[in-house]
Amino acid sequence: MSQATPAIHVDDLRKRFRTTQALDGVSLDIQPGEFFGLLGPNGAGKTTLISILAGLTRADSGQAAIMGHDVVRDYRQARRALGVVPQELVYDPFFNVRETLRIQSGYFGLKHNDGWIDEIMHHLDLAQHADKNTQSLSGGMKRRLLVAQALVHKPPVIVLDEPTAGVDVDLRRSLWEFISRLNREGHTILLTTHYLEEAEALCGRIAMLKSGRVVACDTTRNLLQLTNEHCAQLRLDRDDVPVVWQDRLLRDAEGSWRINFSEYLELETLLADLRGAGVRVTEMHLQEPDLEDVFTDIMKRT
Amino acid sequence: MNGFLALFYKELLRFWKVVVQTVVAPVVTALLYLLIFSHVLEAHVEVYPGVSYTSFLVPGLVMMSMLQNAFSNSSSSLIQSKMQGNIVFVLLPPLSYLEFFLAYLGAAILRGLIVGLGVWVVTLWYAPFQLPHPVWLLAYALLACAIMAAVGIVAGIWAEKYDQLAAFQNFLILPLTFLSGVFYSIHSLPPFWQAVSRVNPVFYLIDGFRYAFVGQSDTDPGLGLLVAGACFVAISALTLMLLKSGYKLRH
Repeated sequence: MSQATPAIHVDDLRKRFRTTQALDGVSLDIQPGEFFGLLGPNGAGKTTLISILAGLTRADSGQAAIMGHDVVRDYRQARRALGVVPQELVYDPFFNVRETLRIQSGYFGLKHNDGWIDEIMHHLDLAQHADKNTQSLSGGMKRRLLVAQALVHKPPVIVLDEPTAGVDVDLRRSLWEFISRLNREGHTILLTTHYLEEAEALCGRIAMLKSGRVVACDTTRNLLQLTNEHCAQLRLDRDDVPVVWQDRLLRDAEGSWRINFSEYLELETLLADLRGAGVRVTEMHLQEPDLEDVFTDIMKRT
Repeated sequence: MNGFLALFYKELLRFWKVVVQTVVAPVVTALLYLLIFSHVLEAHVEVYPGVSYTSFLVPGLVMMSMLQNAFSNSSSSLIQSKMQGNIVFVLLPPLSYLEFFLAYLGAAILRGLIVGLGVWVVTLWYAPFQLPHPVWLLAYALLACAIMAAVGIVAGIWAEKYDQLAAFQNFLILPLTFLSGVFYSIHSLPPFWQAVSRVNPVFYLIDGFRYAFVGQSDTDPGLGLLVAGACFVAISALTLMLLKSGYKLRH
């Protein structure tokens, strides 16, 4: 990792809400240009962490900074550097799309922002809805407007709190294309999501939270290697598998056999033994470990 | 446009988009009060010598409308934003608590003044134009709207449900404005209720404001202005303290 100022710096954050310890000493550094994933079950503290970064919640102790600006002491610079797409689908029913974006620009002290507003509306397919009242927008369009609002001030750091919850496939894809482009252009992205395949495909690094603590934080590739449990599913023409394999091979309801293994050598040996016993393999599927396995594993272990 | 101006503009645009509800309706309500009360009481009541009951009533109605609408603007804007969740749009940008305060305050004052002006204009058909003390009028109008705008901010931040805000409005604001000499002089009250009226700050606002119109009042308008000024300073200090601490806004 470089020595440059981290895009997001979090040091020993703690936050308690009445009876629950939402954050219990979270430390993280996210470097400029990263696409970073924050995963964890409901109630793990993801939204609390994001709220502290955004200044919506105040930490009991610890520090947080955006591009080197403390979120409490230098809140103006910190908030100027941060764009947040909130989890809730919120909108102000008094205004239309263009008014909403102009007003939001104004809050950041931007006077002549129509050029950029037009550009983000274009990229998010909002242009044809510019004069519609926000109340009449579909859920997907409201979500896009929230993304647009988070971008009016061209923040170098963008936080997306479960942006694809309840969003249809098309919008999800176009949203990710757009966010990935922003990331390629140098924006730092912090994402929380429940869709682990999304995190796996998009994020370079991932932190996992559980009960207010970071239980794993590594590159997506390294995390995937934590589990070397591969799985093969076989269909055989006969049922008499060699005795030495009877403990390892599991019969499922549909008559297929499953085997979990960590080295491909084991699979080779199995196939050779089957052949020696005169059993023919009629079908075979291999399952590589995915983030879901790692996630489930880590959540169980910790 | 800096952040304050943007928020101020948003607040103005908000009530202007529903102008029938936020300006026209209160003007009509005040006019109804005037028609009914002056019809019933005009011939029977002369509060101050040489001042018709209608001329006595108009300043009270104008002030009452200003108070209620200034309160209503900041409080309902905040509670709606909180209930809808769109308050985050204001909390995420780099707005200071002072900018936040001034923007909500300014818009609510303006709504109060517009409604007040509207009520005054429509009542000109019923009461002859007279304004012996325009500077007092301006001072009282501004201070009154500012006090209620700030009270509205506190109520809007404090209330977590529409229900709580309605309670605040119906059990505090409405009695304070009604029982403050809008429709009568407190000299007509029994001594106990006169004393009670004198600790109601709204009484001073209405009494002093009326002085600007009819040149007569129950108390010294200078004292009233002092009371109003002190109230504004106190409620502003409280509001700013709440906003700075993030009370119910930043958890």
